[in-house]
Formats: sequence, structure tokens, C-alpha cells
Amino acid sequence: MTLALDETRPRRPVLSRLAAIPATVGFGFLWLGFMAVCALFADLIRPYDITQMDLMARLAPPGSPGHWLGTDELGRDVLSRLIQSIRVSLVIAFGATILSALFGTTLGFLAAQFRGWVEHLVVMLADFQAALPFLIMSLAVLAFFGSSMWLLVCLMGFYGWERYARIARGLAISAGAQGYAAAVVQLGATPSRVYLRHILPNVASTLIVSMTLTFPEIILMESGLSFLGLGVQPPESSLGNMVGFGREYLTTAPWVMLAPAVVIMLTTLSISLVGDWLRDRLDPTIR
Amino acid sequence: MTPILEARDLVRIYETREGLFGKVTPVRAVDGVSLAVSPGETLGIVGESGSGKSTLGRMLLGVDPAQGGEVRFGGAPMPERRTPAWRALRARMQMVFQDPLSALDRRLTIADQIREPLDIHRVGTPEERASRVASLMRNVGLRPDQAGRYPHELSGGQRQRVVIARALATDPALLVCDEPVSALDVSIQAQVVNLLRDLQETTGLAMVFISHDLKVVRNLCDRVAVMYLGRIVEEGPAEALFARPQHPYTQALVSSVPVPGRPLDSRIILQGEPPNPAARPSGCAFHSRCPVAEPMCRGAVPGLRVTAPGRASACHLVAGAAPASAA
Repeated sequence: MTLALDETRPRRPVLSRLAAIPATVGFGFLWLGFMAVCALFADLIRPYDITQMDLMARLAPPGSPGHWLGTDELGRDVLSRLIQSIRVSLVIAFGATILSALFGTTLGFLAAQFRGWVEHLVVMLADFQAALPFLIMSLAVLAFFGSSMWLLVCLMGFYGWERYARIARGLAISAGAQGYAAAVVQLGATPSRVYLRHILPNVASTLIVSMTLTFPEIILMESGLSFLGLGVQPPESSLGNMVGFGREYLTTAPWVMLAPAVVIMLTTLSISLVGDWLRDRLDPTIR
Repeated sequence: MTPILEARDLVRIYETREGLFGKVTPVRAVDGVSLAVSPGETLGIVGESGSGKSTLGRMLLGVDPAQGGEVRFGGAPMPERRTPAWRALRARMQMVFQDPLSALDRRLTIADQIREPLDIHRVGTPEERASRVASLMRNVGLRPDQAGRYPHELSGGQRQRVVIARALATDPALLVCDEPVSALDVSIQAQVVNLLRDLQETTGLAMVFISHDLKVVRNLCDRVAVMYLGRIVEEGPAEALFARPQHPYTQALVSSVPVPGRPLDSRIILQGEPPNPAARPSGCAFHSRCPVAEPMCRGAVPGLRVTAPGRASACHLVAGAAPASAA
């Protein structure tokens, strides 16, 4: 916008705009920021090393001196392990969510642009992906190639891509048949301009909502794999991994399992709240 | 004058399938249409829904590929669709859409959208583009303070003005308007039609105006082509065609427009629906509804013949020698 005509829409000061954020969304932002800080500075804020054992204080309850969240069966500090787990799980979940969104959206747009056999192939792959029990495929891949962080991120990145592909393809086709995309093509725009400048911003809200759905699913999927022993390998730890091992002490030392479970719950909830709010904010027709 | 746009024997066939494993039947949406538009001229294309008007409009722009025949723009054949040459040509030929809300991107301000063709075709510097947008908005009657608005914040008539301003941004030589006013209120229709006429007078662009509204077409167009089931059945200067329609279909269309002070009994009411284009009647496609059909109409397809200077119609009963008998 180069024309200086913005007087009609007065800009409210930043503070009052922040005040307009609903409390739940504010909480979501705070929690996610807190998680990000934990993940970024895990090495600095962690009180102990994650493998350091305090055999005198095994299964100490939360609030014990020196161990705020207690210790596990080997006397390892739960708080330290939790902080490290947040880092590992967030890296996997964010990496995988972004990977699957990129991959799925690209394939969906390619299908919408070229139609014909490209579209048939993409739709067939998406059907194949949807029909395949993903957990079993992951087990097979991890059993063959061993488990590493990168493999795990890439594998999880293939989870849920078919949803993005379907959404992107459907919305792009409907925009192209009788709508703004056809009009812009008619103006002489190149396909990359049509897709990146027009279709992508218009379908972004739907894709973001889809991402907020995929993100918790990937955390849970990683938890499941770690629980089965094929995800993050000990002594490294992830949220799912902690829940899996803490399960055995559920009756005697519930904090070992509950601490990571609460983090999983609050993080997925925050992502949903923030994602939903973001979707509305990004849409100029809802204001 | 050499025509800016020339179309010869355009054919567009859609395939429809009935049921899951049904037979594929071809539908000839546009069937051998030829026409020419001179610079500065407005050609109206009228017809019922499903007569192939919109398909023809898109084919004239090269948006829909022609399956037969060819379109020549400025004497050169239309480049292949979605090639750089085709895209570059968009700066010279533009389209105004029926539904302005769906033709606009609801996430961009209208100034950004009017500017878009200038960005795409790299016209001028950023400052020149901004001043061009401002002058375009003034020309189509939008206020400068509306530049930062989004399409959904405007009324239907204002949105159509945005679409028109965007279409005119690169100073095209040809504008195809596909039912530009049929989605608007009658009071707004008049404004938009007047706007189009004014713009045409000041810029001298050629226009193809597709509509089913005969009053609008009569008001705006120099020449009119009447379409029925994918073919042109009559063509001629607007005034002469509406005053003395030759083809029985045109007569029925013209008589359907109510005129204040004239009793309605003289209207020709067409019987039945337009035939299914997939099962086109033999001979003259109109014979099943024609009030004056004769046995020969069922057998032979009438060609478009010149009946008077500048006029042509496709009817066995309108002889070139005796046009008065059918009028």
C-alpha cells in the first residue's frame, strides 16, 4: 500500500490491542513462550544432568529439597528430565508439523495446477497414506534403520501430509474454477504468483487449523513410539518416553508420569487456542 | 477498418457423462461461431442461459482453448494458453466478471488489486503505479479513501467498479464483459453501464458485452449477435436488429421486453424449454419452438446469410430477397 490513505482505519495503540486478546489465548501464548524458552535454554536452566542419579533420594515426592518435581526410580531429577524432554518433543513436533504442511501443500498445489495424471498420482498417494496404519509403517521403518532424531522428524513429517494435500488441492481448484485465482490468471500472472500471493494466503487459515490438529497428534504419536521403545532412545528422553516409563510407578510415584502428561496436555491445548485465534485474526473478513 | 479481434468457426465441446458408467455425450457449447470486433466498437452477445455466450467470451480471450477454428487478436493468432506470450497479451485484453466478489481476492485491499496488473506486467515505477491506481479509481468513481478497503466492505456496484478499474489498468485494447451487471441492482446497473460507455468513449477500447438483458445491450452496443444453442442466429447493428428483428428467435426475444404503454398481448411466447444441447434438434435447432417453422426447417441446417447490408441471419424463411416478410 503506497497510497497514504490509512486515516480511515485508525491504528489502535499496541497496548490496547494486546488487551483485546482473550484470556485463554493469552495463556496459550504465555505457555508456548515458556515452552520455547525451556527448549532453547534447556542446558542452562536444567538443575541437574538428565542422567545424574541421586540414589539416596529415589522416588522422592515433589517438593523434596533439591528436587522440586521429585525424582524417578533411579533418583534422576524429574524437572531436569522434563525440561530436556520438552526440547526433544518440541523439536520433533514442530519440525514434523512444518515438514508435513510444506510437503502436503506443495503436492496439493501441484495437483491443482497440472490436473491430469499428476492429480491422479497425488490423490492416489494421499489415499494410500490415509489407508495405511501409520504406526505400523513407522515401526517397520524404525526397526530397519534404527532410531535417530532426524529419522524420527522426517518420519513424523510424513504423518498427516495427505490432509494438507487434500485441503490445498480442493481449495485451489475451487479458487481457480470460478474465482479470484481465475481472475488473476486472466490478468496474466504466472502460476507461482497466483499460488504464493493469492491462493496460499487465502487457504492459510484452513491450513493453520489443520496444523494445530496435527501438532498434538504428532506429540502423541511420538509418545506412542517412544512408549513402544522405538522412538527416542534412553538415556535421551522425550515427553512420551517419560510417560511410558513413569507408567510403572503410577500408583506409588504418580509425579513421574503426571508431570510430562500435564505438559503434553497444556501444550496441545495452547496450540489449539492460539491456532484458532490466529485463524480468525488472519482473515480480514472477520474483524 | 481492420478488426482488432477476429474469430473464425470457433468450436467448444464439453463432454458430459450420465451416471457412473453412462455413455459420454459431447455437448457442443459453441458450434462454429465467427465474428469480428473493430477497435472502439461494442459487440453485444445475447442469448438464453446455456446458449454458450460465456464460453464464447472466454474463448475470445483465449482463456478456454478453442477445439476448432481460431481467434486472431490484432491480426496475429492467439498464443498457446499459459505461455509467456499468452500472459503478456493479457495486458491488451481484459475481462470483467459476472460476480465481482468472487473475482476479487478478499485478502487484498482494492488498491492492491487494481495495482496488480501493473505489477504483473511491470508497468512503470512504484510511484507511477500508485498514481495510476489513484487515477483509475477516480475514473471509475471510487473515492480515494476507499483504497484501503477490502472487497467485502464495499457494495456490489463498487466491487464491480474495482473489477473494471483493474481490467483497465494496463490500458487494454479489448474488454470482454461477461454479464457484468446481471448480479447488480437495477439502479446500480445503469451506473455501471454508463461508466462502461463513458470509459469506452474516453479510451476507445473495443468491447464484447455478453448479456441476457436486451435493454442494456440495446443501450450500450453498436452491433449485436444473437446466440441460440451455441450458434449465432442473427447479427446486425443494434438499432436495426432491435427495431426489425428478422430471425423468429430474435423476434421472440425482442417482443419479450416489456415496453411502457404497449399491451402485453403482442408478445410472442416461446413454447417449451431450450432443447438439451446434448440432443440438438435436427435441421434448424430452433424449429421445435419456432412459431413459423416449416417442414424444411427440420431437415436442413440454415447457414448465417447476409440479408441486408451489415445484417445476417440464419433462417430458411428469411430470404435475402424478402426480408420484409419475416419482419
